[in-house]
Amino acid sequence: MNRLPRGWRAAGWFGVVLGALAVLLTLPPIEVRTPVVPVVIGLFALTVGIGSLIRGERRVGGFAVAAGIGGLVLGYLATRSSVGHLEATVVWGALLAAMLRYATPLMYASLGALFSERSGVVNIGLEGMMLMGAFFSVWGADVTGTWTLGLVIGMASGALMGLVHAFFSITLRADQIVGGTAINFIGLGITSYLFVKLYGAQGTPRDLSNVPDLSFGFLGHIPLVGGFLDDVFGHLNVMIWAVIALVFVVWVVVFKTSLGLRLRSVGEHPRAADTVGINVYGVRYAAVILSGMLAAIGGAFISLAFVNSFTPNMIAGRGFIALAALIFGNWRPFGLAAACLLFGFSSALAVNLQAYSTSVSTLFTALPYVLTLVAVAGVIGRSIPPAADGKPYVKQ
Amino acid sequence: MQKAGGLVAPLLTVVLAFLISGIVILLTTGNVLDTLKTYRAIFRGSGLSWFFDVGSHSIGVPFSSAHVWFPWNTDDVASLAASNLEQTLILWVPLVLTGLAVAFAFRCGLFNIGGQGQYLAGSIAAVLIATELPRVLDLPGILLIVVTVVGAMLAGALLAGIAGFLKGTVGAHEVITTIMLNWIVIWVGSYFFGLGGPFQTKAFASVPSSEDVPDKAKLHVFWGDPALQGLHIGIFIAIPALVLYWLILNRTTLGYEVRAVGHNPDAARYGGISVGRNYFLAMAIAGTFAGLAGAIDVLGWEFRLDITLIQSSQIGFIGIAVALLGRNTAVGVGLAALLFAALDTGTSTRNLDPTIFNPELATSLSVIIQGLIILFVGADLIVLLVLRRLRRRRPRTVAA
Repeated sequence: MNRLPRGWRAAGWFGVVLGALAVLLTLPPIEVRTPVVPVVIGLFALTVGIGSLIRGERRVGGFAVAAGIGGLVLGYLATRSSVGHLEATVVWGALLAAMLRYATPLMYASLGALFSERSGVVNIGLEGMMLMGAFFSVWGADVTGTWTLGLVIGMASGALMGLVHAFFSITLRADQIVGGTAINFIGLGITSYLFVKLYGAQGTPRDLSNVPDLSFGFLGHIPLVGGFLDDVFGHLNVMIWAVIALVFVVWVVVFKTSLGLRLRSVGEHPRAADTVGINVYGVRYAAVILSGMLAAIGGAFISLAFVNSFTPNMIAGRGFIALAALIFGNWRPFGLAAACLLFGFSSALAVNLQAYSTSVSTLFTALPYVLTLVAVAGVIGRSIPPAADGKPYVKQ
Repeated sequence: MQKAGGLVAPLLTVVLAFLISGIVILLTTGNVLDTLKTYRAIFRGSGLSWFFDVGSHSIGVPFSSAHVWFPWNTDDVASLAASNLEQTLILWVPLVLTGLAVAFAFRCGLFNIGGQGQYLAGSIAAVLIATELPRVLDLPGILLIVVTVVGAMLAGALLAGIAGFLKGTVGAHEVITTIMLNWIVIWVGSYFFGLGGPFQTKAFASVPSSEDVPDKAKLHVFWGDPALQGLHIGIFIAIPALVLYWLILNRTTLGYEVRAVGHNPDAARYGGISVGRNYFLAMAIAGTFAGLAGAIDVLGWEFRLDITLIQSSQIGFIGIAVALLGRNTAVGVGLAALLFAALDTGTSTRNLDPTIFNPELATSLSVIIQGLIILFVGADLIVLLVLRRLRRRRPRTVAA
């Protein structure tokens, strides 16, 4: 892609911004009421996007086309709906805080899967690993009385599931998709079983030790934007801040250290890595176990920091959204973080859309899956997995 | 996927899974006797004990005093074993079909995780056709059933076909696309029948459910009480479907090409077979099986869809276990489906004796067993390794 003129890539991003602008202008606090504005800006974004697309910028151009169409449609709809409804739905501070909250469990699981898949082991068992983390962290917090030990126990349960997946897919060279499917079944079975056995009809205790929120009172005193910043960042959970830091850490580790180079070489060409003395099995085991631990923290965030209880099957497909985010983000830390934020935003918006209609809000929930399908179909660029992803390695 | 081991590996796998879950029961109940009692209760709950009560259930031969033992003893409506067996067989049909949906794709080298979505697409299409079509066109019952079933099969085929098409054209991995399609169908279905959705029942505004299928579109119940979910005629589709699966794969050009692509896509392409076309066809046929399963469940016993059912159904996922354990053969799928149907029915709240083991625990236990079976089947290497070690040891002892 470096051969292409930089101009068209910049134009593509400009189109994305325009598409976003088409909606933003129609929403609070600006609230343009004439449909002409979003339609004109949206069409402009579309034109720029198509231009960038034919000049070979498939990914960015595709994003711009999608943003143009989305901006046009959503912006038009916003001008048609009443101001009261709009202001009830789009409360930016609350919406962005909710976005971070919904994106956090996805980011943990997705970052974990990044390690696993970069090392060449497909992990579709995220859902089961998240469930394990969600249950065992609650159980741990209940038994020990502190959320820190709860998290540690949750992580250990995820590591155990990772170890099982690693043993079957690396040592026994079983099909990794089959193994992941089994992990999902076993995670669901074990957590539901223990939940009924240990907590039964009463549910998990109400006085559970929860992961605390961090309060930044000073944010509210900043002039002009203080109230807004306080709404978004003022009262976030510790684990949200931790995952934001983790995205940067993972990027550094995977792309800037020799450890990361080893990880990626094992996932791209295990034979070559083996030849230069890298322990392929060791790296893969470590990556898959780490993946289980991170997925479990993601699950623990939901149970121990978000809803403060455990219910059977509470992950409800988030493991698969995390997998989708990894693919949508092209197996890169910042890419997957952006995808998680997008999916998190759509979840937050879906909740608020209930003010309009429950049914539309339900339909909105399907959006992450549709976007990922479009992404892997190659309409918006192409998502390319690591070369040896899913292939067992036979040592010679 | 077709590795050595024949019948031994799957059987050992099942035994191993039941042994491990036996440990779970042992830890729960505290003694071996109760563990065995629990398994016996699950077996009785599945109704399979019915087959072993030879002589207890019989049909009198007309104009004589002779009695004939016959599985579908219509006099035997009231017995608990019969009622349990009806439940197992009702579940057996969709499991055979979703198992075939996964197995057929496997034979083409594709992992169809989308059986669940294709099954739901068939269910949703069946409900929509059976409830909406009579509003515009008054068809006789049998014709309405045929149109509904065909529509559901097309819906399943279309959904799976998308994944096959994307695999064949742009090379998008079918595991990813079918997972995404599963969730899209789940949420679109929830939108259709959820509160305020376009096809939510008009009768109760607060119930997130579809309209009921009209009586004339319901499949005839021939064994047991229709009011208590007796066995419907949908069961007579399962065996022909298994035969059809075998015929397509082993006696048609299409089946030959599908298997060739499954063995080695590059060699198949070199041999002049269109790999992309076969990916599409294999997925579409797989989706047809799963869509059929959805239609049979809707017309046979569900009669309506609600969002809880859509979001919690596992039929298509169990189909993966069925195909893996059945080693993608017709006979294997039939038997594996029976095992999982019996396990699921035997551990259900309705059928398991609560004085022996808490059915709520047992339901989760059956999920664990399914998971263990998938895990061990996926690694039939474990079993093969053990066998190989045994074989290696034997000559050594002979030499000594």
